[in-house]
Amino acid sequence: MKTAGVFIAIALALALQSSLTRFVVRGTVALDLVLIVVVYVALTTGPVTGMLAGSVAGIAQDALSSGTLGIGGLAKTIVGFAAGVIGQQFIVTAAFPRFVMFVAATIVHAALFMGLYVLLGLREFPSPWMAVFSQSVANAAVGMIAFIIIEALPGAMDRRKFSKRARR
Amino acid sequence: MAFVDIRQRTGYLFLTLIVGHVILISTQVTTNRGVPLLEGVVFGAFSEVQRASNAIGDDVRLWWEDYFALKQVRADNTKLKEELAELRVRLQQERGVAEQSRTLQNLLNLKTSVTLSTTAASVIAGGASPEFRTITIDKGTNDGLRPDMAVIAPAGVVGRIILPTGRASKVQLLIDRNAAAGAIIERTRAQGVVIGSGAEQMRMDYVAGSADVKIGDTVVTSGIDGIYPKGFVIGQIESVHRGAGVYSTIVIRPAVDFSALEAVLVVQTPATAVSDAVAAPGSNQDHE
Repeated sequence: MKTAGVFIAIALALALQSSLTRFVVRGTVALDLVLIVVVYVALTTGPVTGMLAGSVAGIAQDALSSGTLGIGGLAKTIVGFAAGVIGQQFIVTAAFPRFVMFVAATIVHAALFMGLYVLLGLREFPSPWMAVFSQSVANAAVGMIAFIIIEALPGAMDRRKFSKRARR
Repeated sequence: MAFVDIRQRTGYLFLTLIVGHVILISTQVTTNRGVPLLEGVVFGAFSEVQRASNAIGDDVRLWWEDYFALKQVRADNTKLKEELAELRVRLQQERGVAEQSRTLQNLLNLKTSVTLSTTAASVIAGGASPEFRTITIDKGTNDGLRPDMAVIAPAGVVGRIILPTGRASKVQLLIDRNAAAGAIIERTRAQGVVIGSGAEQMRMDYVAGSADVKIGDTVVTSGIDGIYPKGFVIGQIESVHRGAGVYSTIVIRPAVDFSALEAVLVVQTPATAVSDAVAAPGSNQDHE
């Protein structure tokens, strides 16, 4: 059930990412919804699911973009694993630690992703700082909203059920 | 307690995944010829998912629009738009051919005419990674598409096919960091290379510092790269910086609105064939 949920979340993120980039082709404002899902999965379920989700999502993302298959997968595997380990070792249930996690994950992912491309001589990323910074803040903001919505959902449903019963 | 005990099952799994990815990357980096099989298979599989999600989205949208709009008017409108798009592409093509013809006629007093064979395709998805500027179209090798075929739109050049599968193709947009095209400034015929920046603008490199370049000049394809046919609009010059070096730094705004692409044309005539026809007009005359 958990695995199916992760796969559905990744597929949805990929579909949404594809749809978004179809209409928003801008250099600096670039959300990575797939990375957000990987970090979320890693923080909530641990390093094993985190790295497997990162691996699958990264390879799928590589295949759908013009990049080398495996580079995004490798970066997301490491980020998923690291986020999962940190999520197990430290308490990251408050808003600020989560925000920091998303920002750090985006920066680490960008460093690994771009670093591998540059290291292998496949492409260059001249002055990517602004793009990485804006992406990390945007990812963190969307990730935080996702956490708030998903965590509020069961409580909201219970409250609704309770109020319906009370009215009767 | 160690932060991560590598001897645990998680550690082994992590190492296995890392090694797997490294092997995967290595196989592609060492293979420079053709399309990697694995990439083709994975892209083919996921493009079907994209096609399905796009089809569902389109179906819902069409149902909604058809329900409320006048069906016949909409159909006529779509048909007219397609015709207009085709005519605009033809106009661009003729513009390039006419310019070539004028030059050649002045020099050799000869005529030349080139007709491009194109295939219309719909955009079914954008790039899945924000670092790359790609789109997926709904035509592939079954429709005769091959790698390095130019993709154009009524407004100008879109990009080139980098990965065709049976029923879909991945198109690298001209604004991608790795994209480039041979270009000339239409007004002055100054040559250069247009290179994508990954952002909204492109830059034109290797234009001589002494060349006559003005803001607003139209930049068109030169055809020397063997991918893009000659004379198609790339964009307009947005700014020019004349530095101390030999070359000017020229920023170009693309003619195509990449965020609103819905349908494109794939040029099936190799650019080399077009260039050959232009270079040897006598041979064309023989066929006439």
